Amino acid sequence: MLRNSMKTEFANRSDNERFARSVAAAFVIDLDPTVDELTEIKTAVSEAVTNAIIHGYEDREGVVSVEGKLYEDSVEFTVSDSGVGIPDIDRAREPLFTGKPETERSGMGFTIMEAFMDSVEVESAVGKGTKVRMVKKISR
Amino acid sequence: MELIFYGKYRALVARLNGELDHHIADSVREEIDRELERTGAVNVAFDFRHVTFMDSSGIGVVMGRYRKVTALGGRVAVFGASEAVKRIMRMSGLERFTVIADKLEDCFEEVAADA
Ligand SMILES: Nc1ncnc2c1ncn2[C@@H]1O[C@H](COP(=O)(O)OP(=O)(O)OP(=O)(O)O)[C@@H](O)[C@H]1O
Ligand SMILES: [Mg+2]
Repeated sequence: MLRNSMKTEFANRSDNERFARSVAAAFVIDLDPTVDELTEIKTAVSEAVTNAIIHGYEDREGVVSVEGKLYEDSVEFTVSDSGVGIPDIDRAREPLFTGKPETERSGMGFTIMEAFMDSVEVESAVGKGTKVRMVKKISR
Repeated sequence: MELIFYGKYRALVARLNGELDHHIADSVREEIDRELERTGAVNVAFDFRHVTFMDSSGIGVVMGRYRKVTALGGRVAVFGASEAVKRIMRMSGLERFTVIADKLEDCFEEVAADA
């Protein structure tokens, strides 16, 4: 059963990565997560939001949205951008794969999201944008 | 961030603070690289004791410094990281390139003798 829901939209500025993490942490607090669960959620949301900002929009201006849904024993976050999209999602999700090898990206973002959340679904269309939906069970 | 140079051992200790994410990573990277050039240091030790959050952007910073200093014959070490941060480091295979230690003394014994 849905307990709560929220949606927040913000400009693709890197200082909003911290804002998005704080929002995600505050939203889930009602389920009384452990410190570890909270860190995992903040990290996964940070990865998805950072990807939207760096890869989705690159140097263009754009809006990133974070939607949250709180259930009795789980939380779901959807991070969306209207940026360039991902041409090959399977490849993008491989550990150590980065589309920006010329920069210091480690290619670990998706791997970290997968390790820290119970499920990660990626929907993307080139030229349209990307949506990353992540669910985590909260043990209570 | 505070950067401390140990000339005798050509080592730079980078005392990081707070949350190491993409927003902070660029300036951390630039400051360290500038100081490496200025001092001629070839070894880098990252002090993670006061880091409260890190994501993959932090991995990029450490790996990037590794690439830079190994070309000069130097080493990279990380110490004092929380369990959460260490988990991300292990996941990324960072321990294959760097020394991951609890204390500075365990990273570069030489540096510790002076610290
Ligand atoms: N929102 C997005 N829009 C466009 N491309 C994306 C998006 N998210 C991910 N990608 C693509 O998927 C690749 C892998 O993402 P991942 O987060 O795993 O690694 P990274 O961002 O390159 O490096 P790291 O996260 O370790 O800094 C990216 O390099 C990029 O090419
Ligand atoms: Mg990423």
